[in-house]
Amino acid sequence: MSAATKFAWTPENEAEAQKHIAKYPEGKQQSAVMPLLDLAQRQNNGHVTIEIMEYIGKYLGMPAIRVQEVATFYTMYNHKPIGKHHVQVCGTTPCWLRGSDDIMAACKKHLGIEKGETTKDGMFTLGEVECAGGCVNAPQVSIGDDYFEDVTPETIVDILNKLAKGEKVTPGPQNGRQTSAPLGGPTTLADFKGKTAKSGGDA
Amino acid sequence: MPTLTINGTEVTVDAGKSVLQACEQAGVDVPRFCYHERLSIAGNCRMCLVEMERSPKPIASCAMPAGDGMVIHTDTELVKKSREGVMEFMLLNHPLDCPICDQGGECELQDQSVAFGSGDGRFSENKRAVEDKNMGPLVATTMTRCIHCMRCIRFSDEIAGVEIMGAIGRGDHTEVVTYLDGLLDTELSGNVIDLCPVGALTSKPYAFTARSWELKRHPSIDVMDAVGSNIEVDTRDGAVMRVLPRLHEDINEEWISDKTRFAYDGLKKRRLDRPYVRKAGKFEEATWGEAFAAIKTGLKGAKGNEIAALVGDTADMESMFALKGLMNSLGSQRIEARQDGAALDAKIRASYLMNTGIKGIEDADYLLLIGCNPRSEAVMVNARIRKGTVKNGLKVGRIGAVADLTYTVEDFGDDASLVKAAKGGRHEISKALKAASKPMIIVGQAALAREDGAAILKMAHDLADKYCISEGWNGFNILHTAASRVGALDLGLTTEEGIKGLLKSAKTGDVKAMFLLGADEFDSSTLADTFTVYMGTHGDEGVKHADVILPGVTYTEKAGTYINTEGRVQQAEKASVAPGDAREDWTILRALSDIVGETLPYNTLSELRIALNEAVPETATLDTLPEADWSDFGTDGDIAKTPIVPIGGNFYQTNPIARASDVMAECVSVREGATEEATGTNG
Ligand code: SF4
Ligand code: FES
Ligand code: FES
Repeated sequence: MSAATKFAWTPENEAEAQKHIAKYPEGKQQSAVMPLLDLAQRQNNGHVTIEIMEYIGKYLGMPAIRVQEVATFYTMYNHKPIGKHHVQVCGTTPCWLRGSDDIMAACKKHLGIEKGETTKDGMFTLGEVECAGGCVNAPQVSIGDDYFEDVTPETIVDILNKLAKGEKVTPGPQNGRQTSAPLGGPTTLADFKGKTAKSGGDA
Repeated sequence: MPTLTINGTEVTVDAGKSVLQACEQAGVDVPRFCYHERLSIAGNCRMCLVEMERSPKPIASCAMPAGDGMVIHTDTELVKKSREGVMEFMLLNHPLDCPICDQGGECELQDQSVAFGSGDGRFSENKRAVEDKNMGPLVATTMTRCIHCMRCIRFSDEIAGVEIMGAIGRGDHTEVVTYLDGLLDTELSGNVIDLCPVGALTSKPYAFTARSWELKRHPSIDVMDAVGSNIEVDTRDGAVMRVLPRLHEDINEEWISDKTRFAYDGLKKRRLDRPYVRKAGKFEEATWGEAFAAIKTGLKGAKGNEIAALVGDTADMESMFALKGLMNSLGSQRIEARQDGAALDAKIRASYLMNTGIKGIEDADYLLLIGCNPRSEAVMVNARIRKGTVKNGLKVGRIGAVADLTYTVEDFGDDASLVKAAKGGRHEISKALKAASKPMIIVGQAALAREDGAAILKMAHDLADKYCISEGWNGFNILHTAASRVGALDLGLTTEEGIKGLLKSAKTGDVKAMFLLGADEFDSSTLADTFTVYMGTHGDEGVKHADVILPGVTYTEKAGTYINTEGRVQQAEKASVAPGDAREDWTILRALSDIVGETLPYNTLSELRIALNEAVPETATLDTLPEADWSDFGTDGDIAKTPIVPIGGNFYQTNPIARASDVMAECVSVREGATEEATGTNG
């Protein structure tokens, strides 16, 4: 690897990394390995490399193999270059019951790629993940840092289209649902409506 | 101290013990894979599940601290079912290729599945397959067999002190690897083979050469260094097939170094298997009779101290004793064993022993290394120091060349005169020694094999005397590198002039005849004009200028007594058969004594040993750590302000056997390759 591509923190990320390290007691700075890997992944357009793992190992005073163990254990660290938008379709049971197979099929067809592949223009990488914790609004798709819930084959294609054109998209439920409330609006404690703002979460 | 009930029997165990250990104490067997008493607890295999009353599910006994009042069952239906279940999971992805697996016959997975498994599995899908890794010339891998107990990883991290093994990926994709598929770069690497409960890590040199049940096992003592590691030499049809460690808590625990384990192919190569006599500059094969006759002729005209002898590094007590007997009867006292020229003093036993003992290192709280690199000179001592640093907070300082010893070392520089400064009282070293309650120093041969070696020995004595001696504690230690050295000193095989003087005398003709008892660690060209008899095993340095060669036997081919660097006397059994016409060294010397008309007074090994016990009473006390009396030694003198230069050469090639070994040569070349590559990519 030539000197030009050598990984090093940008000044902002250096400061950020120090912030993470400061969260842990003296001598336990290795605990910061996960946020630092994430930070480095972001700096490196979405994936980590051996060089980055070694850099972080040195930075935290831990052997490279220990960093590699962490980086390969968690699926949110990518080890190959990914597209600008990382589309991750949830395939776990609740989403699957709610039609995740169709969502995946729509994505594949629309993007013209298989799971684990990246479109030629480098815009999209498609993947399947296990439960993202958004089951209540299944099916769910993560794109980058955003959750898109209650998607249908049509809405997901629409989102992908907009992203391709650089247009704004709105994360969250795609069917008008308010956060994770029932689709038709609240059904319990309905008479408390209006008072909730005042009494807050204390009740 | 908690008391718990195990299968109806009450046991009381030390606080901090696990349920599994409590079961062991109660004499109840609990199967296990990941648990190993010398490694940290992982609790990841679940084979040790037992039933605990009032617990809704079985517990992993290795990871559960024993508690007062616990009621444990290991013989219930639930435990049986749990074991069967774990076993079935374990075998889901295991290839079941025992017929072609080297571990077969001594495999924990095999044994435990027979004992605790259910006979049949229900998994009919494809098994996963894992690519094999390349860990170097010693450890063969078949990673599909790995059951992810992580013992190998914990061993490299915790005992060997090299963090290069790990488990990458997760779940079904977990793979045990060395970092970037690199060399398992530790001189303790072979131990992962013993630790691996399955056939994932096996011995590369031993691969497919024998089955464990065909082997004869012989307890023996290692001679690759002065530690005296306890080993088992496994033979088939009289040939050494492999070498394994034997448990000795005070010496090597259950580990051995890679040189100890893998140099055995050197036993079969470059061997001297018949006598040779040099005629007109060329070696010619000879009979024993011809060789002895040639010696008789050669010795003509050499009288008394004109005959000298050099003793090699791997000689046993018996042959050294016979050599001494022969030399003395010829009227010569010139026998020298210190091939490296170390200024050791044979008169005071405490002056050349590791008085603290290897296990004693675990009690020490400060250690000063003086001109010694335990990692290459005595791997097991280094492992013990590391253990002290990890378990007991031992701090280590060093006067001498910088080298990675796998633990933190505070370097004070390599200037020999620092020993004097340390004694002084104002130097940081003095302060550290003074602050410690059980301080020790280890003096290496590099510090003593100098012109001012005797002065350094004296200064080290004074230093120890001032700081490291207290009631019940002797912190003065010499680390030897040669298996024969302490025994030779006990026999008094030293000369005023030392090896340098002897070789000079050979040049001037003051020494007319020279016997070499396996002596190969010096420049033999100085003996070109001296009548030289080489008695030994390998065509190495010593034979180059020899006039007569007498083929002796190696440590596995004879019963021998050895005294390790602690002064501990140990005996090895004869394990393998010597090649060709080679004879046990003491019998050669005995026969030769007959020829020269000074017959040695023993005909059998036991007669010899009785005589040896009389001459050196220490040899009668087998396997005990001696308590040698502390007194003054060394010689006052100036210590030069010069660096202590490391000695000993490459760890893998320190003696004729190791130098003849292809496996050891490969260990060297793979490391040279690694450094070249490193400079190649970084430069
Ligand atoms: S290679 Fe052997 S010792 Fe290492 S994790 Fe696998 S089974 Fe355990
Ligand atoms: S199953 Fe898809 S988000 Fe939980
Ligand atoms: S031995 Fe207890 S979990 Fe492995």
